[in-house]
This record gives sequence, structure tokens and C-alpha cells, in this order.
Amino acid sequence: MIYSPTTLAPSEPARQHGLLTRLHLDLPLLSGLLLLCGYGLVVLYSASGQDFGKVERQAIRLALAFVGMFMAAQIPPIHMRRWSPWLYLAGVLMLIAVLLFGDIGKGAQRWLNLGLFRFQPSEMLKLALPMMVAWYLAEQPLPPTWQRLAIAGALVLVPTLLIAKQPDLGTAVLVAAAGIFVLFLSGIGWKIIAAVGGLLMALAPAAWYLMHDYQRQRVLTFLNPERDPLGAGYHIIQSKIAIGSGGLFGKGWLNGTQSHLEFLPERSTDFIFAVLSEEFGLVGILVLMALYLFIVYRGLYIATRGQDTYSRLLAGSLTLVFFVYVIVNTGMVTGLLPVVGVPLPLISYGGTSLVTILAGFGILMSIHTHRKLLPT
Amino acid sequence: MSVNPQIHIKNYLRESQIFLGRAVFAGVVVGLFALILIVHLGRLQILEHDHFTTLSRDNRVKLEPLPPTRGLIYDANGVLLAQNLPAYSLEIVPEKAGDVKRTIDELTRVIPISNDDRARFARLRRQRRRFDGIPIRVKLSDEELARFAVNRHRFPGVDIHATLLRQYPLAELTAHVLGYVGRINDREIKTIDMSEYSGTSHIGKNGIEKAYEKLLHGHVGLQQVEVNAKGRTLRVLESTPPVRGRDLHLFLDTDLQKTALDAFGDYSGALVAINPKTGGVLALVSKPGFDPNLFVEGISSATYKALRDSEEKPLFNRVLRGQYPPGSTVKPFFALAGLETGAVTPSKKILCRGFYLLPGHDHKYRDWKKWGHGKMDVRSAITQSCDVYFYDLAHTLGVDRMHDFLTPFSFGHHTGIDLTGELRGLLPSSAWKRRVYKQPWYPGETLIMGIGQGYFLATPLQLAAATAALANRGIYVRPRVVKAVGSAQSGRPPHPTVLSSSRIPASNPANWETVISAMVKVIEGKHGTARSIRTDAYHIAGKTGTAQVFSIKQDEEYDEEKIARKMRDHALFIAFAPVEDPQIAVAVVVEHGGHGGSVAAPIARRVMDKYLLKQ
Repeated sequence: MIYSPTTLAPSEPARQHGLLTRLHLDLPLLSGLLLLCGYGLVVLYSASGQDFGKVERQAIRLALAFVGMFMAAQIPPIHMRRWSPWLYLAGVLMLIAVLLFGDIGKGAQRWLNLGLFRFQPSEMLKLALPMMVAWYLAEQPLPPTWQRLAIAGALVLVPTLLIAKQPDLGTAVLVAAAGIFVLFLSGIGWKIIAAVGGLLMALAPAAWYLMHDYQRQRVLTFLNPERDPLGAGYHIIQSKIAIGSGGLFGKGWLNGTQSHLEFLPERSTDFIFAVLSEEFGLVGILVLMALYLFIVYRGLYIATRGQDTYSRLLAGSLTLVFFVYVIVNTGMVTGLLPVVGVPLPLISYGGTSLVTILAGFGILMSIHTHRKLLPT
Repeated sequence: MSVNPQIHIKNYLRESQIFLGRAVFAGVVVGLFALILIVHLGRLQILEHDHFTTLSRDNRVKLEPLPPTRGLIYDANGVLLAQNLPAYSLEIVPEKAGDVKRTIDELTRVIPISNDDRARFARLRRQRRRFDGIPIRVKLSDEELARFAVNRHRFPGVDIHATLLRQYPLAELTAHVLGYVGRINDREIKTIDMSEYSGTSHIGKNGIEKAYEKLLHGHVGLQQVEVNAKGRTLRVLESTPPVRGRDLHLFLDTDLQKTALDAFGDYSGALVAINPKTGGVLALVSKPGFDPNLFVEGISSATYKALRDSEEKPLFNRVLRGQYPPGSTVKPFFALAGLETGAVTPSKKILCRGFYLLPGHDHKYRDWKKWGHGKMDVRSAITQSCDVYFYDLAHTLGVDRMHDFLTPFSFGHHTGIDLTGELRGLLPSSAWKRRVYKQPWYPGETLIMGIGQGYFLATPLQLAAATAALANRGIYVRPRVVKAVGSAQSGRPPHPTVLSSSRIPASNPANWETVISAMVKVIEGKHGTARSIRTDAYHIAGKTGTAQVFSIKQDEEYDEEKIARKMRDHALFIAFAPVEDPQIAVAVVVEHGGHGGSVAAPIARRVMDKYLLKQ
């Protein structure tokens, strides 16, 4: 597939395709996202203790996030590429500002008060970081040289450390993953991947000393849930009972005794997957996973059809990060991974990550619908 | 790598192929992860389904938090200042009650429920889950309790709940020291460890209750209870008892506290008495006070508004947060600065003609005594509070030397007291003015600072802590309220809090005695400004002060209209006694009291009499 902008007029694809393409939307991706969000609202109604107000608030947030996605889809990738370094720079500066003057909520400094509204710069980095790394690597032929690889690594490391310092481990993991995926997709050698992986494993014990107290608690709780039976350990035990007792078909909507009678404080946010598993069973989970996999594979397909290296790297990274959300959250709820504050994407109650995730899909749609040369 | 690194031409086809390879690999890994997850879930939901179903069906075992009992607070003589009394409240579980509004309406016919009760219920309901109990009425009387018990069958989902409520027997007398506890609010939820507070509804909001929250609260216990299908507890299986909060023993002497409060008469103001040796706060009065018991079970909005908007500011802790111009009370400290730096000698005399002129200026900086004090040395200047002497001294010292010398006395920064919410006051310097006002420091401002006016602000606590350092001849002791932390349960003796002190850099002990002897003359000399409180029982060293009220303009607590009504100056007095072996250091601010010598000094005298002579 060789890029030759002169062969077709820019308006060509719009004429060939329907209304959705003219609006720069991708029908398969859009349908997958809408179905997933609808499913989420149904589960939320039960998880919130049949609080319709909560469902309504979440629906409004979703609507706003979809508007954000639509707007992102209108920006041609060539513009995004041009803005990438500036967005990244602004994001990093704001992270520094957060550390210096940020508001403190829940014991961590994450918010920047801009007078009218509060803003979480680490969310912005979830998009700006892969954009920056993709921009940087796409400048030169791939696979990248050692030198460029080192610089790209630093580009990933700086914001990751700034976010981890807030401390916000969940977001730091996601931001780092976004950058690492770009590096991986750019074709760095397997030997390097193996070497870096080995090094990280060797350094894991050192991380213990850098962790905050509450983060150490979480690791200990993960290793032995019984040691904190009233706190996070209790969540894991109860959430496993909820999931296991759901069985193949579940106890039915609104009938999850475990999640209604018991002590599961985060059940409409981080632990909503346990409610879903109890009430809809393995079948419900398979439906959910099918939706997630459909979205991820569609995203990867869009990435491979991307027209330049920048678009491909960015689209691929955003898609894989979305899947990291899924794995980290479900892994935590089922006791496979330690407790890290990552929501179940597009299902958990709350709006902060919603906007970023859907804006990411807006970028994917833009990449797919702004192509100048469409293979048939 | 097969590509020659010399070639810097992008090979689009190759890059696209690399990417395709990697994307396919990623896709396979994604599928693999999804598979692992599904297999794991399949194991939980199919293979171990029976096991978990049993757990879930027999999950009659529920973990319940056991809230710890809050630690008690005692004064220095063992008088109980904060206790926990049993109280009964009526709680509704919305999930079980069905139509909550109708239930409340019906309940109103059995026991009275006010609009405030309803408002609190609505507020708490938003924070809690449908199956949590939410209080609709608190502090039920025995009669109300009986009346509900008879009608109980009519109200499913409504239950009597027994709790311990915090109570402050001395109410207003200790309000500004102890603070109070109140219901945990949304903002606090975000800052506390939720599992530690899972059975607790109240948290320290102010004063000692807030500063020592961690110790007073204790540790949550937990019990495994068997519940029936509706979640009602059948029996307790196993329990880890909670660890009771630690008791606190204060330096505070409530008799002294009462004497001080009474001594103010109708005036508002603040008084702090400190033991200079330990830093222990013997009395801490901010008048008027308020009844902290009102806040424990949620104050009604009308009462709260009345307290908040009252012109006398009863909720305002003047000792920690009242920032007043210290006036002439700072003269002994500046005199010491002058002696230490050699800016003046004990014998140097200055002629006071009632005003002072800066070299090259014709603005007259006036003395409070229009016709002047005549020839003044450093002792008589303190005794008679001569302004002109201190204008001259300030001019010689300069603002920054004054700032640096007063800093270790706690002026301009926190005294370090073990209470939250303390303000810093303001000890100006040229660097401070450049930073805040973007202006240079003017020589005239140095003069005004020399008599404790202008930008200079201090809290009554800072004045007391500085006076204690003076009494110690140069050892600054951090003030503290809590003497010892103990637990009634363990039987171990209370664990004393740490004394922390630092030496104020001043080399010559004679200089301290010069200043202190002048302060004794303030009370015992013929021209002393506080000679009215002279006593033969013991020797007092003191200094009067007057703070002009219009300077308070910086303090937003007052508006123009009220200043017009209350034009009188604030009266200040600092003192310590006995001079030879100081036991008590006092700072008094009487708002709109006029002159320090006539109003503030007698209050300090009564407190010192009570403490030193036990009368």
C-alpha cells in the first residue's frame, strides 16, 4: 500500500460511502461501543441498588463522552500529528504543575484547578503520550535505531514517573502501557524486548521500597486476601463468592443476593464486574468479552489499514490500552491481579476515564475515515 | 537487523509489513489473555460453582465492624472533660421500609420528628446504601422509646439503635480547647481509612478532638455474625474486639479556666496561660464561647446561623486565629534585640519630647504622651512605654534585624502547639514586603513596627509563648495542651507527651535581667503602666499594650459600621510570675477594652493569683 495523495480527490471516499463515513464515524466500532454502554447501564441499575438517578447521571456522561468522540473523529490525522509534540509538552508541564500546586483528593494530587473547572492532566497523557511517541518514531524509518529508541523510552518514562508520584498507580500503568505499545508496534527487536523485560523483573524488588504504604498494603493483600478481611481482602473474597455463585446463567437481573446483602462498597465502580458475573453468569461474561474483543479486533484492523506509520502506531496503541483496562480490572475483581484503581471500561460508574476512552475511539474513527486512498 | 542503517529513506511497504506482523502478534496475545480470563471464570463459575453457591447461600456469615469507644479527655486535676454517653436513635433501612416518606409521616404520629430531622435524614440518605440504617431521630427520651416499642410492629425497617454519643460536661468552658466531634462528611470520607471508620459515624472536627483524632479514635474491631436471608443478625460467631481509643490528660486546669473566663466580665477577648517550664497550656480562653454539645448530633441550621452570624463571633478561636497588632507588648523583645546587637547600651539615654523625626523628614511620629517622657533609658522606656525611645531603637536596628531577632520567639510562624488551625500572625521584613506588595520597605514603617503597630500581627498564643521564652531567659518551649496519653484499659501509666525546646540566640544573660527588671517596674514602679495590679504576695514581670482598632481593618471580621460603634482600642497585657522562678506566663487581649493597664492587667492578675496562691 503506497501512499500517493494525488490519485484521488479528497472528497472521493465521502461520495463512495454513506452518511456515517461523511460524519467520519465507523459503523462497526460505533455499534460495538453503543451495545457495550447499553449493557453497562443495565448492570449499573442493579449494582447501584436500583438507583435510577445514578443510571441517569451515567447516561448523561456517556452522551457527553460520545459527543467528544464525534468531535475527535472530525480532526484529520495529519493535524493530530502536527499537534502531538505540543499536546505532549503541555501535558507534561501540567503534570509538573499538579505536583507543585495541585488539589488533593483521596490522598493523592491529581487535579489542576483552572478556576472554572478541575482538570486531570494525567488523563490527557493517556492520549498525548502515544501520540508523541508515534510522532517521534514515525519521523525516521522503522525499526528505530538504538539512539532513537532510548529517547522514545525517556519520553514514556518522564510522564509515567510524574503520574506515579501523584500517586496514581492505575493511570501510570495505563500511560506507560500506551507508550510501550507504540514501541512494540514500531518493530523493535525481540532481543531488546526480552532484555528490558528481564531487567524489569530483576528490578521488581526495588520497586517495593519506592511504593507508598497503601500500595504495599495492596500487594500484601493480593498475596494473602485474609490478612485484611475488612478492607480490600474482604472485597476480593466476597467478589469471588459473587462470581462463583453466579454459575453458568447467573441468578438473574436484580437478584444478586451477594451484591445486595453484602459489604461490597465499590460495586457500582471498580467491582461492577462481580455484580455482572453474579447476575448474568458465565453467559453474561461471554457476551461482555465478545463485545470487548470485537471492539479490540476492529481497532487493530483499523490500525493495520492506517495510511501512514503515525496513524498505525497511534491506532494500535490506543486499541491495546483499551484492552489493558479490561484485563487489569477483570483480573483484579477475579483475584488474578492486585487491586489497582482501574475501572471496567465503559461499564463502571464514573466519568473521568470515559471521556478519554471514547476520545481515543474518536481518533481511531478519524484515522479510518480520513484515508485518501481506499482499497476496495 | 537486515536493513543497512545508512539508508534513511522510509520504506513504506516494509514499515507496513512490520506493523502488520506486530499487530497480528498483539491480536493473538489479546485472544490468549481473554482465553485465560474465561478459563479462570469458567473454573470459578462451573467447576467451583457448587462450592461458591454453598458459600453464598450459607453466606449467612457476614462481617460487621465493631466501632471502638472514643478515648476520654481529662484536665490536669482529673476532671472529666469529654465522655461518651449512651443514646438511642431511631433508624430507617430504606430497602426494608418500602415507602420511606409514608413511614416517616406515620412515625410523626408516634414520636415528634422535626423538619431538621427530616433534612438530616435526606442528607444522610444520599451518602448511604439502601440497606444501611439511617437515623431519623436521635437522643430518644425514655418515654419516646417506650411509645415506639409498643408501635414497633407497624414499622418494618425501622429500628432502635443504641450508640454512644460524645458529651462535653463543661460545655462552653472548654469549647475552644476541646473542639467537638460531628458526623463524618463527604470531604472527610475521602481522607480517612474507610475500613478503620466502617463502624464509626463521628469524627473530630476541631480542637483536641481533631488534632488527636487518631489516638482518640482507637481501632475498629470486627465480628462474624450469622444473618438470616433478610440480613438480620441471628448470632455472633467470632469476634475481634475493637481497641478503645486512648485517653488524654491535659495540662489545662478547669478551675483556672473558669477564673479566667469570669475575669473577662462582659468583655470579649482571649487569654492563654502557659507553664514556661513545660510549655503546658494551663488556661485557654476565647470569649465568647459556644456549647460544643450542639454540634455532636448535627446542629439545626437556625442555631448554627445564629452562632455564625453573631457579631461577637463565638465560633472564632481568638487564641489560635485572632491576629492582633501586639502594640507595646513587643517593646521588651525589641529592647532585648537592641541590647544584644549593641544598638543601645543600658545607660544610653534619649530625650523624649513627645515626637520623633526621621533624619531629613518633617513628619512627626508621635508618642502617646503628648508632652513627652523626658530623658529615657532602656529600663524607663519599657516601664513607661515610651514610644519615642523605641522609634529611635527601631531606626537604629532596621526592619530585618528586628525580624530576625523576634523570629525564634515564634512571631510570624506557628508556635507548634498540638492543636490544628493555628494562624501565623505576621512578622514583617523587607523581603516579605517586596514579595507581597512589590514595594520597598520604608523607614517610617520600621518606626511603627518598633511599637508593635503597622503590618505586625500576633496571636494571643504567640504572645504567651514569647512571654514564656522571656520568663525562661531565652529558652523557647513549644506550647502543648496534652500532658499525657494513656489507656484506662491497659492499666499502664499514661505516656507523657514530649517536651521540645530551643535556645534563643542571645549571648549575654545580663541583658535578659535588664529587660525583666524593667518589666517588674511596669507593675512595681512609680510610673509603671500596670501599677494598679501590684501585689506583695509575689513579683510579676509584665508589659501593657494597646492595639488601635482601626488597624483591625486588615482583619475581615469587622466592617466599617461596627468600627464606628466600637471605636475603643484593644487592651493587651503580657506577664509572668514569680519573676525569680516563673511558674506561669500569661497573655491577655481584651477586645475594645481601652488601656492594657486598667482592663487587661487585672484579668491576668486574677489568673496568676488563682494559680500561684490557689485563691
